[in-house]
Amino acid sequence: MAEPVTIRLTVNGEAREGRCEPRKLLADFLREDLGLTGTHVGCEHGVCGACTIHVNGEAARSCIMLAAQAEGAELRTIEGVAENGKFHPLQQAFHEKHGLQCGFCTPGMLMVALDFLRHNPDPTEAEIREAISAVLCRCTGYRDIVRAIAAGAAAMRKTAGPG
Amino acid sequence: MKPAQFEYHAPATLDAAIALLARHKGEARPLAGGQSLLPMMNFRVVTPAAIVDLNRIPGLAYIRAEGGTVRIGAMTRHRQVEFSPVIAEKLPLLAEAIRLVAHLPIRTRGTMGGSLAHADPAAELPMVLQALEGEVVARGPGGERTIKAADFLRGMLTTSLAADEILTEVRFPATPPRARCAVEEFSRRRGDFAIAAVAAVIERDGNRCVKARLATAGVGPASIRLRDAEAILERDGLGDDAVDAAAAKAAATVEPQSDQQGSAEYRRHLTRVLAARAVRRARTVQ
Repeated sequence: MAEPVTIRLTVNGEAREGRCEPRKLLADFLREDLGLTGTHVGCEHGVCGACTIHVNGEAARSCIMLAAQAEGAELRTIEGVAENGKFHPLQQAFHEKHGLQCGFCTPGMLMVALDFLRHNPDPTEAEIREAISAVLCRCTGYRDIVRAIAAGAAAMRKTAGPG
Repeated sequence: MKPAQFEYHAPATLDAAIALLARHKGEARPLAGGQSLLPMMNFRVVTPAAIVDLNRIPGLAYIRAEGGTVRIGAMTRHRQVEFSPVIAEKLPLLAEAIRLVAHLPIRTRGTMGGSLAHADPAAELPMVLQALEGEVVARGPGGERTIKAADFLRGMLTTSLAADEILTEVRFPATPPRARCAVEEFSRRRGDFAIAAVAAVIERDGNRCVKARLATAGVGPASIRLRDAEAILERDGLGDDAVDAAAAKAAATVEPQSDQQGSAEYRRHLTRVLAARAVRRARTVQ
């Protein structure tokens, strides 16, 4: 067996550490070693987007990154999106607009949408659809997901205020 | 699935990375963005004995315009290219094409060098390398060499890089301000690999076409320049008849294969349609 690697990183603002085989995928490391099961694993080859997290502030698919690559990185997972037990405005919008059915793709949808809205805080419907083409929803609830992201973006613009 | 076992190395210098590749004699793979390599490892299509992670080597991610050349470090992520004002100004074709490369969460990780070295026949960046007559810099145990686009792309997932060479930089001649560019791509979903795509760079002087560069993606084992179609435009100009003749020549030149996304015949048809669209858009005077 290949020599195990020690991984020290920050997840949702907390210093964490783990030790695993070099071949361990980051998604599996989060779920199995750090107990963060909010990140879902669907296709395991970078197509479905369910495992999307933020790596150093940017959306990335954790099933096509090795855990070893996250040494020293700052990660944010779906568990780190709500603050003080209160939904993030985008989560609130998914709740209100029925932006989820089975919920399997939802963590990926939220993590992609959060990075997308950072660069494009007031997107058109077409731009939202393009952004979430990175995540597959097999309940085919896309219409309500698009509405939820539009509503969430509006709420986030209000929260952010001018400037 | 999960990858098979491998040794993991994350060297801090390029020389150390090259030495590791040389030591493993073709059984090691360099890991750049990993957006193609990791899926292939998860499927166990590739089972390297060792991974040489290039992400800890400083100084490989940059975009610099010097003289008439734009130099892009091999570890530059697609998102950096997407938001770069230098690229927008000097390489408008790349600026347009980069938005077609996969999806946002792929572009945050995927790299210029990784995409070119992987050489997926349906990827956009090899097509851009061809259309802009770019070259890559490769470094191995014997030193550095530059490889022109046409000599670099050898076939399906195949380049002229040796197993112990690492692609370090991509160089493009800056596009002259009077040139116009267009990428026309057809895919089932936005962000998917192209079923067919054509890139065009056109320099015109009145109704004359001073220079035409056309390149493909998705319609053969590797991206190619459509030199015969270019010659028609440079000889006959940019009128509708010449554009249609060039597009027909483009379709006759390519050698597409059939797969579940489309037949060879369909791809040939798309090549003609997309070539005509790309040239029509790129001939427009702004």
